[in-house]
Amino acid sequence: MPMTISEKILAVHSDRPEVTPGDLVEARLDFVFANDITAPMSIRVFRDAGGEQVFDRERVAMIPDHFVPNKDINSAMQAKELRDFARDQQLPHYFEVGRMGIEHVLLPEQGLVLPGDVIIGADSHTCTYGALGAFATGVGSTDLGAALVTGRTWFKVPESLRFVFNGELGPWVGGKDLILYAIGRIGVDGARYKAMEFTGPVIEGLPMSDRFTMCNMAIEAGAKAGIIAPDAVTDAYVRGRAKRAYQFYRSDPEAVYEAVHEWDISGLEPQVACPHLPENVRGVSELREVHIEQAVIGSCTNGRIEDLRMAASLLKGRRIAPHVRCIVIPGTPEVCRQALAEGLYEIFMNADAIVSTPTCGPCLGGYMGILAAGERAVSTTNRNFVGRMGHVQSEVYLASPAVAAASALVGRIAHPADIAAR
Amino acid sequence: MSIRGKIWKFGNDVDTDVIIPARYLNTSDPDELARHCMEDADPEFIRKIRPGDIILAGKNFGCGSSREHAPIAIKGARIGLVIAESFARIFYRNAFNIGLPILESAPAAAEIQEGDEVEVDIEAGAIIDHTTRKRYPAKAIAPFMRELLAAGGLVPYVRGLQRQAGER
Repeated sequence: MPMTISEKILAVHSDRPEVTPGDLVEARLDFVFANDITAPMSIRVFRDAGGEQVFDRERVAMIPDHFVPNKDINSAMQAKELRDFARDQQLPHYFEVGRMGIEHVLLPEQGLVLPGDVIIGADSHTCTYGALGAFATGVGSTDLGAALVTGRTWFKVPESLRFVFNGELGPWVGGKDLILYAIGRIGVDGARYKAMEFTGPVIEGLPMSDRFTMCNMAIEAGAKAGIIAPDAVTDAYVRGRAKRAYQFYRSDPEAVYEAVHEWDISGLEPQVACPHLPENVRGVSELREVHIEQAVIGSCTNGRIEDLRMAASLLKGRRIAPHVRCIVIPGTPEVCRQALAEGLYEIFMNADAIVSTPTCGPCLGGYMGILAAGERAVSTTNRNFVGRMGHVQSEVYLASPAVAAASALVGRIAHPADIAAR
Repeated sequence: MSIRGKIWKFGNDVDTDVIIPARYLNTSDPDELARHCMEDADPEFIRKIRPGDIILAGKNFGCGSSREHAPIAIKGARIGLVIAESFARIFYRNAFNIGLPILESAPAAAEIQEGDEVEVDIEAGAIIDHTTRKRYPAKAIAPFMRELLAAGGLVPYVRGLQRQAGER
């Protein structure tokens, strides 16, 4: 029977010859992790369920990235719970500040999550790893705590939606714009419970960074997973990083999809999601009158070196608008090192942008860039819900690093081409 | 399992940042989380509700993050039940795992009004609006999921199984 890539991966991990949507399967997990917000509860569940040793120390990570470096005393206490647990369990993949990065940038970079894996993380953006051709999904702390004991969890096999991107990407348009466009078309529950499979010539031409960005935001359409078939681009990224063996799967040509969305994206301009839902998507040129107080460039969506290069290409030799705070947040220490080596820190600081330590920080209204009442930010993050980045009367516009950088320069939402032409 | 209480009505796509803002996620204490439940949608919510009251919402309730703090905040506020047209995937699973009853019913979500006195029989999947004297069907909950709710969540459920095995 023909299967999609998601079905194939779930079948293999539940030792079945085939699965179909709606089947309940208990799957072997290749990698399991939690962060400083979700792990404390998971650790309690692990102990309450009688857990003594995690199922496989090599397949577990604890990553204190959300409110770390500790933003306050309570956060420090939570981070300490992770640290103590990691020490107690002798976990090799605990990441202390200095080695710690934003989980969904860090784990692929370190070669810990790989093509063909089934991965769960106690964080909704775990779907990011679908970019590697893995089946990866976010769970709550209880499911994660139980999985720390057993190395398994149950899934309902999701229906798959196929997205075919045809045409030619315009200048300043990339993965962020494509996923915002898709969410704008299908809505924030348009893929609820389903796997979004991104295909077509445009996807095949995307670098890994843009593929991560796209799969990262599958959850913003309600999806269980976002996934892209691995190819030579994936292979080049994974080779040299992979800490284990891995496997490439592809959907069969006759695989069954609940729906197919086929779009020609030639002529698409950079996309922006307006407050207060990621589905409120407009073309950037419709929003040129929107004034901003802050620009955030970073996060699990857009905190990779390619994102920083994109922003730097616009900021180089220019200055941030006087009343704007531009905060750049490299995703991992490796991204920091690379940005330093390429002179990007100098470009940012000469432009009056400031570079932060790797952290989720302002994306979820934690710290390092909270908005006051009435303030607006353009941000490369993934959510613009009410109060997401601070005060309940603040607003977040989601966009690519290019749009965020261009906007920071003029203090209004701006098309990168307007800046580049100057 | 029967629940009776007053309806508090919300719209579509109620996200987990509204249910419990991330600025309060530096703790997992249910009482502390409950104090801020639904705060960004209605700052007075927690002072207005009484134990056993019911949240009613539109489609995609609980969208956004995987934070289990969201159903914990609702349960900690002693809300008896959430009825919605539909639920986001991770929230749905988390609610059962921590023992917060939730029911899907599109007709109930569309017609029942804020302030109505509503009674729900979880096993039968029946929703009765005593204010309007109307009945609504709800999508059935799988028997395994009902056992989770009866036990109070996945951890007590598993512990119960372990105890039974030990007694045999």
